[in-house]
Amino acid sequence: MSKYKSPAMRRYLKRLAVLMAAYLLLLIVAVRTFRSGADIGLLAWPLAIAPALPIIGVFWAVMRLLVEEPDEFIRMLFVRQALIATGFCLTVMTVWEFLQNFDLVPSGTGGFGAAFFWFMGLGVGALYNKLTTGTSADCA
Amino acid sequence: MNNRLKVLRAERNWSQQDLAERLEVSRQSVNAVETGKYDPSLPLAFRIAAVFALPIEQIFSPDQKD
Repeated sequence: MSKYKSPAMRRYLKRLAVLMAAYLLLLIVAVRTFRSGADIGLLAWPLAIAPALPIIGVFWAVMRLLVEEPDEFIRMLFVRQALIATGFCLTVMTVWEFLQNFDLVPSGTGGFGAAFFWFMGLGVGALYNKLTTGTSADCA
Repeated sequence: MNNRLKVLRAERNWSQQDLAERLEVSRQSVNAVETGKYDPSLPLAFRIAAVFALPIEQIFSPDQKD
């Protein structure tokens, strides 16, 4: 069975590829600059934020896919996947926060932030779609 | 909601992919509607009716509990 790919899905995959390439590039630049110990003053702020921008772009790309996908059943699967991802992410982060509040786990997230768990949640959503409908035209 | 998509397809010797192409939707959509996993929107139901040249009520019918 060939996997369904609408023009909206193909646009999404192109956007995702560009954003992921930008993310890797900006992350490497930021990590190398901070590790070098160079004094960059106030530029540290935009440099630290820079790798977050493509991640925010991925959120935008997923939302655009929900708007642009013309097939209503596939769109419903995407929406359900995104809702499950959001619920999964909020659940994990809420539990983690309380564990931190009571000093049961160390502060910080070890680099695994909300975005990481949201993307994991997309995988959970795709699995749920597959189990309940037999298909997962997933955006994970 | 019940539907007669499978029977109507068989009468015309169409595969799910054939019907999907006529409706301009994915094959997964046709399968989901046909197996009752997904109830189509009114616009899609009208498109299905137009493709089969039948009134909607000759294709879709409510469940007993509806």
